[in-house]
Amino acid sequence: MTGYDAKDIIKLNLKAVKIRKHIIEMLYRAKSGHPGGSLSAVDALVALYFFHMKLNPKKPHDPNRDRFILSKGHAAPALYAVLAERGYFPVEELKKLRMINCMLQGHPVCTYIPGVEASTGSLGHGLSFANGVALAGKLDKKNYNVYAMLGDGETGEGQVWEAAAVAAHYKLDNLTAMIDRNFLQIDGYTEDVLKLESVRDRWSSFGWNTIEIDGHDIEKIINALKEANTHERQPTMIILNTTKGKGVSFMENNVDFHGVPPNEIERNIAIEELTHAEKRLEATL
Amino acid sequence: MSKKVMVNPRNAYGEALIELGNKYNNLVVLDADLSKSTKTIMFAKKYPDRFFEMGIAEANMITTAAGLASCGKLPFVSTFAVFATGRVYDQIRMDIAYSNANVKIFATHGGISVGKDGVSHQMIEDIALMRVLPNMTVLAPSDAIQTGKIVHLMAEEHGPMYARVGRADAPLIYGKKDVEEMKIGKGMVVEDGSDISFISCGTMVEPALEARKTLAKQGINARVVDMHTIKPIDENLILKCVKDTNGIITAEEHSIIGGLGAAVAEILAEKNFSTKFLRMGIKDTFCESGTPSDLLEKYQLNEKHMVKNAKNILKN
Ligand SMILES: Cc1ncc(C[n+]2csc(CCOP(=O)(O)OP(=O)(O)O)c2C)c(N)n1
Ligand SMILES: [Mg+2]
Repeated sequence: MTGYDAKDIIKLNLKAVKIRKHIIEMLYRAKSGHPGGSLSAVDALVALYFFHMKLNPKKPHDPNRDRFILSKGHAAPALYAVLAERGYFPVEELKKLRMINCMLQGHPVCTYIPGVEASTGSLGHGLSFANGVALAGKLDKKNYNVYAMLGDGETGEGQVWEAAAVAAHYKLDNLTAMIDRNFLQIDGYTEDVLKLESVRDRWSSFGWNTIEIDGHDIEKIINALKEANTHERQPTMIILNTTKGKGVSFMENNVDFHGVPPNEIERNIAIEELTHAEKRLEATL
Repeated sequence: MSKKVMVNPRNAYGEALIELGNKYNNLVVLDADLSKSTKTIMFAKKYPDRFFEMGIAEANMITTAAGLASCGKLPFVSTFAVFATGRVYDQIRMDIAYSNANVKIFATHGGISVGKDGVSHQMIEDIALMRVLPNMTVLAPSDAIQTGKIVHLMAEEHGPMYARVGRADAPLIYGKKDVEEMKIGKGMVVEDGSDISFISCGTMVEPALEARKTLAKQGINARVVDMHTIKPIDENLILKCVKDTNGIITAEEHSIIGGLGAAVAEILAEKNFSTKFLRMGIKDTFCESGTPSDLLEKYQLNEKHMVKNAKNILKN
């Protein structure tokens, strides 16, 4: 898709709220999983899957499809909800997240979940995988694009920087990576755990084109993705400035909700808040 | 039946580190963004100067620990078992095992009872990976009391060591007195018996004790061995089980390839001891997400399956 109007953006925002509701319900039912990093990643995923990427849910293995790799695999609930809403598998499946004998694993697996491109959950692998996909695209002279999303804490892994060097060296301009820059990991604030700043300078010094935007502004994300696609001879890193737990007041910027699901009361409040947000958006349509 | 006292072995690790921090002022602790889960945070609060948060960068953490050890420090390094071994294998091989560095890797979240996080977090190959490395001692304590003791022994004895515990709370098996004489490399007979021997490690010792009770009601008298040290394996105790009982079942929350069962099988084969023998463990497959009890049932690693297997091998 290329053009859009104000209504399209509102609809995408509505989709994002719906995804957030799914995430809350999924984690509540599963009684485990990662709310914070799932909620912070939603808006970029919605921009990719409901607007920007070239894909066909009925043909998940189409060789010409765009690919998205969720390197921060613990945000699987966000990816699964997006895939289900996009038609890769029935929305009903979301209710069985993390249950035995069910499809939706705690972390993504590519062998049997339709639409999942790479098995992740061990942090630090995704960008290397995306490089492989991008190199193959160049070899085969295909014009698909590859997208990857990394956590900010995740970029502590050395492998991320090995991949950063390779992508720049091979001028992988068919690759766009994103960092979910929410400033939190498990042990605390990223700058206390292991200093990351300046994130942007690091990536540009590795030879990447860099863009920094509000990671919850879907219009800005769409425009950044377009800019990344047209940029030549360099991979692009989009730094998404985000809020961990975005959309649920008591989860926002709260490190305790990295890997703890909502209990019943918390789930009710979260759903109520998201429903309010939905109503506000609908009123502007 | 009296209610079991549940204590998390991870907490025992955290507490032991605090005690040892006082005893050894060269003791340092490193973690990779999981200090709340591994419980190294307890040490970090008490001895902030001797705690190093290394970020999500495990390979770097392992080799840094080796460097610290080369200057006389006593590093304990912690993260989940999957990231503490497989992810950092070459770093362990060169910088710790080959260099005979006095680094203690203490991993949590071993096995499938990690549960719903699924395969990426369920480590079932770590014992095999560590066992094959020269110089490496491999440990898998069963309850919180034994874990505390093992952490002390790790600090006392020189050399590369790997220990793993699970994620869940575990019923207490021992009192403090029971582990006073405990030694690395010497398995413990928790309950004696004459018909069959369960040789278990880690989370599989407790279900073996339960299976023993059930079997007793059916006239089968089972011995339960806690083989907390997988390497060096207690050869004498294995041979004693062959002599005293009519069969051996090994049980571990690990692949049946390369772990405790394999270590016992190697001894049996080489010593030409013929006995009825079965390895319980994960049968060369990746598992999946699920609750710990659902997983242990599906992958046949609980008391029920121990009872069934014991009766089967004694019959045949
Ligand atoms: C290699 C590896 N080490 C450790 C972990 C455990 N872990 C899961 S999520 C996480 C923190 C991730 O932080 P960040 O990348 O900032 O993600 P986000 O804030 O978006 O949730 C850690 C340490 C892991 N999954 N993989
Ligand atoms: Mg983060």
